[in-house]
Amino acid sequence: MFIINCPYCGKRDQVEFSCGGEAHIERPKQPTELSDDQWAEYLFMRKNIKGVQFERWNHTHGCRKWFNMVRDTSNDKIHATYKMGEKPPIK
Amino acid sequence: MSNELRINKNNFIDQTVRISFKFNGKKLFGFKGDTLASALLANDIHLVGRSFKYHRPRGIMTCGSEEPNAIVQIGSDPASTEPNVRATEIELYEGLEAFSQNCWPSVNFDVGGINNLLSPILPAGFYYKTFMWPASFWEKYEFFIRYSAGLGKSPTKADDDLYDHQYAHCDVLVIGGGISGVISAKLAVEKGLDTILIDDKNFLGGSTIYQDEESSKINNANSNQWLAREIESLKNYKNLVIKSRTSLAAFHGYNYLLAREALTDHLSVHERKNKIRQRLWKIRAQKVIIASGSIERPLIFNNNDRPGIILSSSIKKYIDYFGVKTGKNISLFTNNDSAYETAISLSKSGVNVNVIIDIRENSDSNIVKEAQKLGIKILWGHTIVETNGYKRIKSFEAMKLSSNGGNVVGNKIKFNSDCIGISGGWTPMVHLYTQSGGKLQFKSNDNIFIPDETKTPSEQISVGSCNGDFELDDVVNNTIYNVKKFISLDKSSYDKINVTCSKESSKKNIWLLPSDKPLYKTKPFLDFQNDSTAKDVKLALREGFKSIEHVKRYTTTGMGTDQGKLSNMHALGIIADTTGTNMGELGTTTFRPPYTPLTFGTIVGRNVGKFFDHTRKTAIHNWHVDNKAEFENVGQWKRPWYFPKNGETMHEAVQRESKAARESAGILDASTLGKIDIQGSDASEFLNRVYTNAWSKLAIGKCRYGLMLNEDGMVYDDGVTTRLAENHYIMTTTTGGAANVLSKLEDYLQTEWPELDVYLTTVTDQYSTISICGPNSKNIIKKIIPDLNLSDENFPHMSFKNSKIDGVNCRIMRISFTGEHSYEINIQSNYANDVWKACMDAGKEFNITPYGTETMHLLRAEKGFIITGQDTDGTLTPSDLQMDWIISKKKYDFIGKRSLYRSDTIREDRKQLVGLLTDDPKEVLEEGAQLVEDINKKPVEMLGHVTSSYYSPNLNKSIALAIVKSGKKMKGKKLIVPMEEKNINVTITDTVFYDKENKRLNA
Repeated sequence: MFIINCPYCGKRDQVEFSCGGEAHIERPKQPTELSDDQWAEYLFMRKNIKGVQFERWNHTHGCRKWFNMVRDTSNDKIHATYKMGEKPPIK
Repeated sequence: MSNELRINKNNFIDQTVRISFKFNGKKLFGFKGDTLASALLANDIHLVGRSFKYHRPRGIMTCGSEEPNAIVQIGSDPASTEPNVRATEIELYEGLEAFSQNCWPSVNFDVGGINNLLSPILPAGFYYKTFMWPASFWEKYEFFIRYSAGLGKSPTKADDDLYDHQYAHCDVLVIGGGISGVISAKLAVEKGLDTILIDDKNFLGGSTIYQDEESSKINNANSNQWLAREIESLKNYKNLVIKSRTSLAAFHGYNYLLAREALTDHLSVHERKNKIRQRLWKIRAQKVIIASGSIERPLIFNNNDRPGIILSSSIKKYIDYFGVKTGKNISLFTNNDSAYETAISLSKSGVNVNVIIDIRENSDSNIVKEAQKLGIKILWGHTIVETNGYKRIKSFEAMKLSSNGGNVVGNKIKFNSDCIGISGGWTPMVHLYTQSGGKLQFKSNDNIFIPDETKTPSEQISVGSCNGDFELDDVVNNTIYNVKKFISLDKSSYDKINVTCSKESSKKNIWLLPSDKPLYKTKPFLDFQNDSTAKDVKLALREGFKSIEHVKRYTTTGMGTDQGKLSNMHALGIIADTTGTNMGELGTTTFRPPYTPLTFGTIVGRNVGKFFDHTRKTAIHNWHVDNKAEFENVGQWKRPWYFPKNGETMHEAVQRESKAARESAGILDASTLGKIDIQGSDASEFLNRVYTNAWSKLAIGKCRYGLMLNEDGMVYDDGVTTRLAENHYIMTTTTGGAANVLSKLEDYLQTEWPELDVYLTTVTDQYSTISICGPNSKNIIKKIIPDLNLSDENFPHMSFKNSKIDGVNCRIMRISFTGEHSYEINIQSNYANDVWKACMDAGKEFNITPYGTETMHLLRAEKGFIITGQDTDGTLTPSDLQMDWIISKKKYDFIGKRSLYRSDTIREDRKQLVGLLTDDPKEVLEEGAQLVEDINKKPVEMLGHVTSSYYSPNLNKSIALAIVKSGKKMKGKKLIVPMEEKNINVTITDTVFYDKENKRLNA
C-alpha cells in the first residue's frame, strides 16, 4: 500500500487513488488522418515495463485531479509525482 | 488430572485456578495460563490428529504457530465452530471443546489409516498421475477425492461474532516481544518516539523469560530476571502501546502492516457476549523493527513423526513455562547445543533424561559441560535410525554415523523412551521481511537465510534471532547497536550492558540423516501435515522438477496450514545436496501473507450485512415501500421493480402496469438516472467531442438524445442532454454508469482538453426525477401546473420548460423512453415526495399507475430502445446497434470516431442488434439464450444470443431483442433457440415492435 504524494493535496494513502495506466500518451490531434496501424498504436499498445515507468494517477477520493507518477514497478518505489502538463522531473 | 506430569514451581501458570475442558468428548482439566496443548500433555495425551495423506497418528510437536500436527476443531456450535486451530496457540478457557480433525470414526481408530499401508503406491504426484485417465472417470474419482480431502469442518451458519477494523499510526512498530523486541521498544521510547510493541502471546518475554540459567547473565543477573525487570520498566512510558495476543498477519509496501488482535478468544463463552472477538489493526509505521525470532528445526530421520517426538525447545517451554512434563523418560536428539538447555531444565525438574544422541563428534561448550556434570549420558557421532510405537513413541534405535555422515556403521543400540526431543538448529523467521519485498542472503555456516540489509525495501530492520543472532550476547549487543543506529539515538540506558553466555563451539548439519535401511524402505518426514517425505522430494528431482517452487507444488511440501515453517529449509537442503547446488543460489519459496491463518470474520470486519455496501434510496423510497413495491438492486440503488396488487405475480403486475401506461397514464421514479450539470463557455464544443452527434446547433430549451463511445468505438453510455441556457447543459446518464461517465469526462477535460472552459458537477442526488407517460399525461400535468401552456407548438417533444409546482422551481422535460406522450419533472429532492403525491392525486381520475423497472424495460423494448449494459456489452458499435443515424458525418472528431472505420469495426459479419419474434407468440425466450441456424451441423455454430425478452400485453405476443452475427442482413430469416427441453423457432425482425411511426409521442 503506497503512500502517494498528490501534487495538490500532499501525502495520502493509496486507497484514495486509482491508477489510469501509462502516462504521456497524447491523444492524436487529427485521428482521421491516421492509418489503422497508427491509430491502433495509440489505442492498444502499452509498455508495461519492469522497472521505472511513467503512470497516470487520479486522486479519486480526494481532489479528483489527475497527475503523473514515476514508479519503479520492480520494487514499487515512487520516484516522483507531478502535475499534468508538467515535464517529468526524471528521465 | 494426572498430577504426576505437573511440577509445582512455576511463575506463569496459576495452579490455583482449575479449568475444565473437553477433548473429543472427554472431560479434562487444566490450569489458568495453559494452552490446549499444554493441558493435553499434562493429561498425558499426545495423539491429537491424523496426518493428511496416510492418516498416521500424530502428536503435539511444537509449542507455537509452526505446529503442523495438533490442529483441532474448536466448538460444535454451527455458527462459531472453527477448524484448523493450532492447539499450541489456543489459550485454555472454561468450557473449551476441541475435536481431532482428519480422522473417522475416531483419532484412535481411523479407517483412513489404510492409506499408510498403501503408502508404497502413494508417492509424490500420485493424484496427478493416477486420476488423469480415462478422462471420463474424473467425475467418479472426484467424489471420493472430495469426500476424503480437506481438513476440518466449516461452520454451517452465519458467524454471530463481532469483528472490528482500526487504523494505527506510529513512529516505530516493534514486532515481537522477546528480548530483542523489548530492548528495541525501550530504545525507541527513550528516544521519545511513539511506539507500538506487538506480540502474539499474552505474555511478553519470548523464550528468554523462562530461561533461568546460571550460564546466561545480563548485568550479573540471570537473563530471565533482567528481562522481567525491563518489561516492567516499559509500563512507565506513555509513548508506548503494548498489544499482546496480537499477531502480525501481513507486511505490505511502504510500512503498511496488518495485525490481528484476539480480544475474547481466551475467555469462556459466556464472558464473550457482546464483545468484539478480534480486531484487525491497519498499521502505518514510519519505522519497523522486526524481532520475530526463530523456529527450531526438526531432524529428518526414519519414522520421525510418531506422537511423543517433539521439538527440543518446545519440551523446554512445556517444563519451564507451563510446568508440564512431556514424558517420564525423555531422550534428546540434536546437532547443536540447544538440546542441552532442555536436558538441564528437565534434569533440574526431576525428569529422567535417558540419553542425548548428538550427531557431532564432540563439543566442549559450557552448556555441554554443565549437562555432563549433571550426569546426563551423551552419545556422540550417532543418529537415530528407527523409532517404534504406533500411537506413542516407545523406543528407538541409534547407530554410529560413518565419518562422512552418509551412512551408519556398527551395532544398533536400542533405547526405551516415551518422548524424544529433537533439535536440528534454528530457522530465522524472515517471512515478514520478505513479504515487505526484502531480499535474503544465505549464511552457510549456520545454513540459514537472513535479511540482506542492502536490499531492504522500506524503513525497517530485523534484530535478534530473526536476523541470525542465536546467542544471548550477540542478540543483546547487536540489537542495541543496530537499533540505536536505525533511530539515530546517541546514548541509551543500555550503553554499559554486560552479557555472558555459553558459546557454541561445534557445528554439524545433515539434512537427511541416514538409516541402516535403504531410503525407499524408510519414512523420513519433511512436511508432517502434508505427509511429504525426503523420498518424495528426491523422486520429484528424478522426474525432472528443478525449481523449488515446482518441487513444492508437486510434493505439496510446505503447502499445509503451517505453510512449511518447519519443513521448507530441509526440503531446500535435500534439493541442494541431491543436485549439488549451493542453497544460496537455490533461493526460497515465496512467503505470502497471512503469516498465520486469519478468520474471514476478521478480514471483513464490520463490512457485513447491510454494511457490506452502501444502499442508495431515492427521495420517494418510503412511498414505494408503503405501496408494497418489490425492489431491484441497480448498482447501489434500490429501485422499485414492480408494484404487485392483491397478490399479483410479477408477470401479472408487469402486464397490468404496461397496459395502464399505454392506455391511460403511468408514473415512474426515474431519480436514479445520473445527472451531470455542465457549465462553461465551451460546453457545446465539449458535448460535440464526447457524443457522436452534433450539439452546437441545439437551441436553448431543447433536449437531445446522445450516444457516448469509448475510444475503441464501442457504445459506452447514453442519455438525454438538455440545453438550459447558452452555456449551461444538464446531461443524464444511465443509473449504473453515472460515476464512471463523470470520471471519464473529467479525465478528458483535465488531460486531453485542458484548454476547454467547462465545469462538471454531479447533481444526481440533488434532483429527483418523476416521469409521467401515457395519453393522459398531459391532463395530469395540466392539473398540477395549470398556467403552463402544454400545446405541441409551445412545448413540443424534446423540449423543456422552467416552471413551478406549488411555488417550487422545477424543470419539466418532454421526453420519452416509452414511446408515449410523456413528461419528466425534475425537482429538488427534498420536495420530490410531495410532488410525487400531488401527481398521484391529480392522476387518480385517470387511473395513474406506478410502475417499476421491469415495466419500463418492457415498454422501451416494444419500441426497440436499447439499454446500455443489457443490450450492449462493450463490444458493439452504434452501427452494430442499427443506430447509424446518430453518428454525425460532419464532425471532424469525437471520442471513438476513428475506431468506427477500423478494418474490424467495418466488417459486415459483426454481431448486430435485431428483433426476434417467436413462431409461437405465447413462448417467451430466456435472456441469454443462444441462437443457431443449423442444429445438426457439428460443432453447432452459435450466431448470437437474446439480450432482452418480454411478453408484450400491448401486442399480445412475445418479443425479444438479440445480437446476431450479420443480423442486419438476416431480416425474415428463421433461427432456432435450442433449450434443454425443446428447440424454439424464431424469426428475425426489425427492432421496433410498436408504433413504428412514433404517432403516440404527440397523441
